[in-house]
Amino acid sequence: MALTLSGPSSVQGQQHIITVLVENHPGVLARVSGLFARRGYNIESLTVSITENPDVSRMTIVVGGDELVLEQITKQLNKLIEVMRVVDYTEFAAVERELALIKVNAEPRDRAEIMQIVEVFRARIIDMGERAFIIEVTGGTDKIDKIRDLLAPHGIREMVRTGVIAMARGSRTA
Amino acid sequence: MSLSGAQVMLECLRREGVAHVFGYPGGSVLPIYDALYDCHDIMHVLVRHEQGAAHMADGYARATGKVGVCLATSGPGATNLVTGIANAYMDSIPMVAITGQVRTTAIGKDAFQEADITGITIPVTKHNFLVKDAADLPRTFAEAFHVARTGRPGPVLVDMPLDVSQQRIEWSGDQYPQKVDMPSYRPTTRGHEVQIKRAAAAIAQAARPVLYVGGGAISSGAQAEVTELAERTNILVTTTLLGKGAISEAHPLCMGMLGMHGTAYANHAVHNCDLLIAIGARFDDRVTGKVDRFAPGARVIHIDIDPAEIGKVRQPEIPIVGDVKTVLQVLLKHVEPRPAGEWNEQIEEWRQRFPLVYPRDGGLYTEAIIEHIGEATEWKAVMATDVGQHQMWAAQYFRTRAPRQWITSGGLGTMGYGLPAAIGAQFARPDERVVCLSGDGSFQMCTQELMTASIYGLPLIVCISNNRSLGMVRQWQEMFYHERYSHVDLEQSPDFVKLAEAYNCIGYRVTTLEEFRAAFSAALEQTNRPVVIDCSVTGAENVFPMIPSGQTVNEMRMHTRLEELRSAPNADPEGWSYDEEDQKLSQIVDAGHGGARKEN
Repeated sequence: MALTLSGPSSVQGQQHIITVLVENHPGVLARVSGLFARRGYNIESLTVSITENPDVSRMTIVVGGDELVLEQITKQLNKLIEVMRVVDYTEFAAVERELALIKVNAEPRDRAEIMQIVEVFRARIIDMGERAFIIEVTGGTDKIDKIRDLLAPHGIREMVRTGVIAMARGSRTA
Repeated sequence: MSLSGAQVMLECLRREGVAHVFGYPGGSVLPIYDALYDCHDIMHVLVRHEQGAAHMADGYARATGKVGVCLATSGPGATNLVTGIANAYMDSIPMVAITGQVRTTAIGKDAFQEADITGITIPVTKHNFLVKDAADLPRTFAEAFHVARTGRPGPVLVDMPLDVSQQRIEWSGDQYPQKVDMPSYRPTTRGHEVQIKRAAAAIAQAARPVLYVGGGAISSGAQAEVTELAERTNILVTTTLLGKGAISEAHPLCMGMLGMHGTAYANHAVHNCDLLIAIGARFDDRVTGKVDRFAPGARVIHIDIDPAEIGKVRQPEIPIVGDVKTVLQVLLKHVEPRPAGEWNEQIEEWRQRFPLVYPRDGGLYTEAIIEHIGEATEWKAVMATDVGQHQMWAAQYFRTRAPRQWITSGGLGTMGYGLPAAIGAQFARPDERVVCLSGDGSFQMCTQELMTASIYGLPLIVCISNNRSLGMVRQWQEMFYHERYSHVDLEQSPDFVKLAEAYNCIGYRVTTLEEFRAAFSAALEQTNRPVVIDCSVTGAENVFPMIPSGQTVNEMRMHTRLEELRSAPNADPEGWSYDEEDQKLSQIVDAGHGGARKEN
């Protein structure tokens, strides 16, 4: 699941991708998201999923703020009893991906251009209706922002994004 | 042996050594109260309002260092605990709050007396649990008590649905975990040795050091170490509101409290120091005022068990994460003796120039009441206060000799806290004199607990500093809102003497200091009945010194009659000075009550 609480790049300071490994208990999401709201931290996106270990969930949170804010966030998260580990991916090389579904107007005269954009971005058309396509695109946030901008003139009816997930490069794990 | 979940819960409390539970029954805790019917080794104290139960558990914890326990039913019972839980959370007080909940099958259905109390208390608990299977009770309670008392202590809530309390499970007695192991919760108690050595070096280099000691020193039982550090280095100590008692306030190296209503000399010392040694303190806004002008020229050593406190407000040069007592013990191995120097003389000069003053003209001032309470009890009384002007005067004038003798609501500033907290403290320390100092505003917020004190025959002495107004708010309206006194007039209060009598307590009304002395000495004769002394104090007094909110020591306002009062012949009252008994007293209290956190 994903939660986007504010538009992209709406906060000052650097963006950080942090991964939070938590015990897979009911209510953990409320504790974590509540902490951000309560202490006034700005979440860009938040995704939660299970991991290779069924007892552990992994939250990936994109958050804005300077080093001091990030340090406080990390420490406050660590104080939550069910939080096992907090990793800041800004510190080292990591792969970041996000997936978006975009439902765009596709009048017959526009279809060729849309399909060309899809081709260039290595996206996919996963549903083709009479007046609209659903496009699936995966990549970094910038790439998804870019294809969104290019499709916008055709009229985006609906868009859903997963929020960023991240993994360290090489053999390193969270 | 087959036991109900409620019985298992009591077994868990026994394993944790719980002797008192403060509670109030209701529908979803009926199985628990049924189990309590047969329970004779855990004393249940029936309160009159659940908020009182939470504050009593809190006062009990502060007076002993043990985990306080309170119990309430679901819905309104649980929500009534919330203020008390938040109060404990802000001041890092170990507490386990047990709430009933509707049946697991009814949760989320807006059932009668349902409230999502685990959801509600997430921001004000260290952790909380919703138990869904009675088999989980032993582990849950072991973890709840472990989390509440270790690391930075705090309140933990355990929510028990009715069917979980009723559920029968096989109990052999050895299900209770011998040791709690929570991989995601392992507080750091030992400070980093290299950092501690750096701290010792900084202390050796400093020309103008100050020790700034907070509630962390009390909760870790470190007053012997704090005193030893101060004496060896001749560094003067200022304490926060919650740090009172971390060193005897009669000690010549103790400057009393700092901050908004702290002593002027403590604030001048902190403002001008070149090394600030923060020990179990959190740079609260009532201490710092304007943060970037707080101790502006100082290097900072910050010792705290909570890593999140390091750098939250002030970035320290030398951070040390660990238990205060443990860290100070190591630090003391590296700290060399240091003679008193010019800096000590400078602070002494400030102390002479800017003493705490009030008119000692025989009038009934709250400050005089506090000093008399101290003198009449040889400064040994456990003092619980409410919130407002009387609290700040008590912080200034009640010279705390030992840790856990001073019980006050700091972070949350909860009016109504004093009386129930004093009751909790009296249950914890039945042989000691407990005094509650309240105001006419605060007292009316939890008055009903007089009945609790009365029924259980507690010899509490409640002194109401009655200035017929909400004094602290009135002070702010006078100073910052152009004397527009909006809704602070309490001229129409009940007759507190009759009210006391209605609750089967003894009531006195006094209008002069002489009358107060007589009433207080009569109250000290009581052994099993609470006494309420309604003190009609001189009204419209303000608390000084005062650093207005968000400002600095340069804007500190002194008593308007400082010059005149400082030179008055009776400016220095007969008191006691620091002696061997102080040291002994601290250690006795600590050994008797402060031993509960050793296991972290």
